[in-house]
Amino acid sequence: MSIVLQLQKISQEFGGLRALDMVSLSVEEGAIFGIIGPNGAGKTTLFNIISGIYTPTSGRLIYLGQEIQGLKAWQVARMGIARTYQNIRLFQKLSVLDNVRVGGYGRERGGFIGDVLTLPGARRQEKETMERTKELLDFMGLYERRWDYAVNLAYGEQRRLEIARALALDPQLLLLDEPAAGMNPQEKEELMATIRLIREQRDITILLVEHDMNLVMNICEHIAVLDYGSKIAEGTPEDIKRNEQVIHSYLGA
Amino acid sequence: MDAFLSQYIDPYYLRIMILIGINLILVLGLNIITGVTGQLSMGHAGFMSLGAYTSAILSVQFGTPFVVSLLAGAMVAVVFGFVIGIPTLRLEGDYLAMVTIGFAEIVRVFFLNFKPGGKAVGLSGIPQETNFALVWVLVIIIIYFNYRLLNSRTGRALFAIREDEIAAESSGINISKLKVMAFVIGAFLGGLGGGLYAHYMYYISPQDFGFMKSIELLNMVVLGGMGSIPGAILGTTVLTLAPELLRVVAEYRLLFYGALLVILMIFRPNGLLGDVRWYDIRQRLFKRHQSERG
Repeated sequence: MSIVLQLQKISQEFGGLRALDMVSLSVEEGAIFGIIGPNGAGKTTLFNIISGIYTPTSGRLIYLGQEIQGLKAWQVARMGIARTYQNIRLFQKLSVLDNVRVGGYGRERGGFIGDVLTLPGARRQEKETMERTKELLDFMGLYERRWDYAVNLAYGEQRRLEIARALALDPQLLLLDEPAAGMNPQEKEELMATIRLIREQRDITILLVEHDMNLVMNICEHIAVLDYGSKIAEGTPEDIKRNEQVIHSYLGA
Repeated sequence: MDAFLSQYIDPYYLRIMILIGINLILVLGLNIITGVTGQLSMGHAGFMSLGAYTSAILSVQFGTPFVVSLLAGAMVAVVFGFVIGIPTLRLEGDYLAMVTIGFAEIVRVFFLNFKPGGKAVGLSGIPQETNFALVWVLVIIIIYFNYRLLNSRTGRALFAIREDEIAAESSGINISKLKVMAFVIGAFLGGLGGGLYAHYMYYISPQDFGFMKSIELLNMVVLGGMGSIPGAILGTTVLTLAPELLRVVAEYRLLFYGALLVILMIFRPNGLLGDVRWYDIRQRLFKRHQSERG
């Protein structure tokens, strides 16, 4: 198994606050890798660093053998890293269909001239995008709602739309930031099935941050635990359940 | 063409239709910046002014052909669109609005003191080259390419920037590049509209391109519905006609104009056509058509 993403001694400081302190991780290809930790442990900061929203204060970020720290978010996206957000960030006043079509922007090529003149290349690409988008909407169970504004979807549907939009990028690495937040038990079951299906059918490595212990222990093969910006444990779900430091600082003791 | 038309149409109506066409070119430009990409620009008259003065000075002082003057005016506006586009990378909302107001004021004060432009007296004797046919042929071409752009990959990306910059960037959209691009396109159309205006009015002065002109253009975009091409057409038509129709109330004209704006925004907060989605309607009709056949 090759390594898709490697974090080497990543630190992030905001003013005097050290949000992440020398965090190192390796994510293997095809894994479902979970990151857990109490509120404020630095989980979302870690995601923002990986997806290029923040540049880490120090440390190296290696994706498929290339250093990507310091790249812009759009460059990181074009290299095949897609993400969702803890607080849903959809294009609210665009249709469900257009949300997903925008999601594929980074994997497509073209420019202003080709688009305005509708050159054959742009036309062919649009057709292909439409087919891929419909397939993805079907996969995420949103096809019937394709003409609705994203803002008019139910909460669970919005979460699914975010995943569909991320998948439109055809990523090799998918970052899910608390995908189960606010979902009921049945929706969580469906989400777990979807995540497994994404990995199996689409060859996508998944890195997820989650609060729901049950979900993480259920679908992740590998888990890292953050606390106050430091990694305090890493291993299989069984290891984590037995780790005393984790029990002390996170699971409550 | 216009001589032919004026046999059948009252010159007053012809004049209003030409002004609607010129305003429409300006508004379609501003719509790309503010309506589609969501970058609040309150200085569109600045681009118009640059296009008007550049082309007029060329025509009057150097006797360049109309087409050359017009394109030169638009290109000067493009250069400034590029320069004004840069601060948009760091500013948004109110702050960007202030920068664009400042820009338009600088342009206005510049021409107020610019000798070749006649300073405060203004510039007269501009050949009247703009006519109904030219304006409306340009309008149709511009609407066509606008439509093409907004229904393309790039157009969707511009809308996405308006909706959520962070999510847009994480979809692989180079938001800096596209924001500057939006300003450049908007400035081009602003400069073009300015050149057409100058060569229609025979006379221009810095007062023609003041803050109120920028606001008037912004009103047309907002009233029609942000980012909507049919909205821009309707908004421009309504607000260009309104002062003319309100001539009956003489000096209370602007009062009624203001009241009209307030009332329309109360009943249509998203603009007249802002929440009408033509593209979807077409798709739906087409789909029904298919299922009836199949």
